[in-house]
This record gives sequence, C-alpha cells and structure tokens, in this order.
Amino acid sequence: MTAPANTAAPEDTGADTIWAETIPWYDRVPRAIAMIFLAAVFFGLWEMITRSGVVSPIILPTPGETLRDIVFVGRNLIGGEYMLAALWVTIKEVIYGFALAMAIGFSLGILVGETGFGERAVMPYLVAIDTMPKVAFAPLFISWLGFDIASKVALAAFIATFPIVVGTAAGLHAADTNARMLFKTMGASRWQTLFKMKLPTGLPQIFTGLKIGAVGVMAGAITGEFLGGGRGFGELIRVAATQLNTPRVFSLIIYLSIVGMTLFGLVVWIQRRFVFWHKDRVVGSDG
Amino acid sequence: MSGAVAFAPSPPPEPVAKTVYQLTNVGKTYARNAVVALEGINLTLRKGSFSSVIGSSGCGKSTLLKIMAGLIPPSSGRVVLQGQPVTGARRDIGMMFQQATLFPWRTTLENIVLPIEIRDGREAAKAAHDRARALLELVGLKGFEKNYPSELSGGMAQRAAICRMLITEPAVLLLDEPFSALDELTRDFMNMELQRICASREATAFLVTHSIPEAVILSDVVYVMRPRPGRIAEEVVIDLPRPRTLDMITTPKFGALVERIRNRLDKEAFK
Repeated sequence: MTAPANTAAPEDTGADTIWAETIPWYDRVPRAIAMIFLAAVFFGLWEMITRSGVVSPIILPTPGETLRDIVFVGRNLIGGEYMLAALWVTIKEVIYGFALAMAIGFSLGILVGETGFGERAVMPYLVAIDTMPKVAFAPLFISWLGFDIASKVALAAFIATFPIVVGTAAGLHAADTNARMLFKTMGASRWQTLFKMKLPTGLPQIFTGLKIGAVGVMAGAITGEFLGGGRGFGELIRVAATQLNTPRVFSLIIYLSIVGMTLFGLVVWIQRRFVFWHKDRVVGSDG
Repeated sequence: MSGAVAFAPSPPPEPVAKTVYQLTNVGKTYARNAVVALEGINLTLRKGSFSSVIGSSGCGKSTLLKIMAGLIPPSSGRVVLQGQPVTGARRDIGMMFQQATLFPWRTTLENIVLPIEIRDGREAAKAAHDRARALLELVGLKGFEKNYPSELSGGMAQRAAICRMLITEPAVLLLDEPFSALDELTRDFMNMELQRICASREATAFLVTHSIPEAVILSDVVYVMRPRPGRIAEEVVIDLPRPRTLDMITTPKFGALVERIRNRLDKEAFK
C-alpha cells in the first residue's frame, strides 16, 4: 500500500516495438537498374518516334541506324584510318589548349589572388573580358593565327582560362585568419606562405576551376573547327551535317564526348590523389 | 609574547625571476576610424609566470596579443621581449589559437615540425622528428605521429597544436583562448595539462580568455581589462597554492577571487 498512485503504468499490450521505416520503391532501386531502365525508356521513345513517321529519318535517324554508324566510326578509328587522324588533331588542340589555359590561368590566378595590384587592377578587366561571349573572338583568332591548329588552340585556351583564374584566386583566399596568423608568427616568407599553406588550402577550388575549364576547352576546340575548318573532328561533324548524314553526326559526337569525359575524369583522378583531405579542411573544434 | 608575529602572514616571495616581457605604455589607435583600441598598457611578465588577461568582447585583448606577438605594430609605447624590441615575428614566441589550425595534408608529426621547416628548412625539420615525438609523449599523443588531423578529436588536435608551439622552444607562450572551442570537460582537463606542461618547462605564458574560472585556476596574475579604450582596470594576484587542482574550484578562496574579478568586469562593462 506504499506505492504512490501515479506510478501505475498504462496497460502494456505486449505489441512489438520493432517497426520498419518505409522507403518508397523509387528511392530503393539500385543504380544499375535505374540507369538501364532510363536508357530503355529513352531508346524506346526514340524508336517509336522514328517508326511513327512523324519525323523524317533524314532529320532523326533510328537508334539502329545510329548504332550501326557508331560501330562503323569505331572500326575506322581502331583501324587507324582518316577519322583517327582527325580525332588526333582535335585531341592535340584540346591538350595544348588546356595546357596553355593552365599556364596562363595559374599565373593570372596567383597575380589576382596574391597581390593587391592584381585584385584591384587586373581582376576588373578579367571580369569584363569574361562576360563577353568568347566564341565571338573565333574569327579574330583565325585571322591572326590562320586556319591551322593554332587558332583552335587559342580559342580553346581562351575559354578555359577564366575558370582556372577564378578558381586559383578563390583558392588563394580560402585560407582562414588563424592559418595566416600562424604562418606570420612562424616568420614565413611570402613564397613559403603561398606554397606551404595558401595553395594546398585552395586546391579544392583550384580543381573546381580546372574541371570547368576541362569542359570548356573541348567546346572551344570544336567551335574553332566549325568556324575555321581544318582537319579535326569538328570538321568531320560539319561535313556530315551539310550532307544530312545525321547518324554520322550523332556517332561523332559520342566519340567526342568520350574524349571530353576522359579529360574530365583525368582531372578528377588527379584531384582525388592530391586532395585526399577534402572533407575536413583545417581541423579545429570537431569535438 | 611574540605570538602575534607567528600569526602574521608571511610576505609573498620577492619576484626574483627575471623579466621576459616588458610592455611600457603601449597604445593602439586604428587610424581608419580613429578608434582607440588600447591605451597605456603596462605589463611585466617574469620567467616561469602564468598571466591571463580577461575582458569582454571588444576590450582590445586580442589586439594586445597581436601586438605582443609582433603581428601588428603598436601606435605608441614599447614592447620588449628578452631585451629586444618586438618589431615583427619572433623566433622566441610560440602562439596558439582557438582553432588548432593543423593542416590536413600533413600528418601530426609533419604539422608539429612545420615551424622548424619554415625557419630552417626540410633537413632541420627531419632532424627535429625525435624532439617532436618526445613532445607528443609529453602531451599524451604517443602513437599518433602518422595520423592525419582528420583522425584526431578536437582535444587531441589542440594537444598537437601545443606540441607545434613548443617545438621551437619559445621563451614565451601566447595563448589566444586555446581551449574555448572544446567542451567543458575536455577544457578543464586540457587546462590541467597546460599547467603541467608549463611547469615542467618553466614556460612563461600569457593567456587571453573569456572564462574567469579558467583564468583563476591557471594564473599567477589576472589582468582585468575594460573596453573603449582598452585599459587594464585591475591586476588580481592569484595566491592559490601550486600545483592547482580542479577541486580548488569549490574552495571559498577560489570563489572569492572569481567574484572579485566578476564584479570588476561587471562594473567596467555596464558603467
């Protein structure tokens, strides 16, 4: 009779406390199945549209035709025939363009990110140039550098430079006050502060700039070829399009995108190797 | 009877230790907005002493610490460390911040020898590895040499920062709220560790803090600052015996010291 009345618990029904969270089926589908499903829907719709006769096969080829042409182009490339030579020209333009963009981009990025002069005087002009439609400069590059590879490299580099400048400058500003003060108290020189602290701290931003640049460099090279001719893959696309060979246009674009993805993947791979710490940058109060 | 003599408090021991840091009439005015951040600061830090400065936000204590570290110049007065005026970054100053500021691409050991690498190059930094290991052992981080900072907890990261501060064997340690980002239990523990490390190396330390108990438990002298312009309002001598222990926090004497400092801070902040 000593127990207080308020300790009486509500009646336990004995029901199980183990219960399942409900996740809708579309959030549970494995990636592979989801991707294959989406591709099947895409190609199915494509096939239906071409079979229905609404669109002329000259404008939109059937998936089968396109696939046959992809195989044809692939054979030509593997066999080392004229398409491989053309692809190699475009790859060279992309590589040279990207290398040039990195050289100029890092230099300008360090100038803008490190010096008051660069930030105050150079950056406004860079922003002004960046807002111009860069493709519009293609005729200029062609008249200055000719119809050969140089004008395409220049346009590719021109497009890819700005994201690298912005990424580098932003990266150099990423270091926090404590890190700067610490380097100051250690008596670090400007170069030591740059190479041992600011550049490594800014690598994530620098790689973001490189990734955007890697996408832009391909667009620059192909635009240059469209407008300035030459012997690259862009020229093959242009010729195929004027001949209304649409399956060829599609398959050439597919192979170009493989080149683009390879370059992008290379940048990502290098980033993963160099910026292994990306998640937590400067450690402090994680508890 | 001479009993009265026996009950008289013994005079405090004469400060025989030599002066490490001397600030004379130091002031700082920011020219841009004519704000007087500091005015007429006089400070003397003796070898092996632990001093704290406490004050509300914006009382100029961070400015004071930056001037002492040679990070910014004072507008007036003299700052002398070990007989040499401070006119820039100094080898004989070790500094620690609220954030551990370890660099995530360097292992713990590489972070600790960074000051040596900056000053004397890679070879000297390699030669300091053994000393760095000894320091890691001192702070209880033995075995974490090859770990990256992301694998350390907040308290462990701050211990590594202590090692990095000590590796150059500085004459004075400037501590800018070093443990205020840690949880309270870890913070108390780290304060006791700091006391032990300072005692074992006879370090001269100067701590900036918001926490009155922290200042009292660690210090020989607490300087209470008042804002606008930043001045030292009171110098409170903490005559608690050493080594200090955490259970001293509950003693009446500790409570009286805390209350004295708190009253002074309240008076300065709201007058």
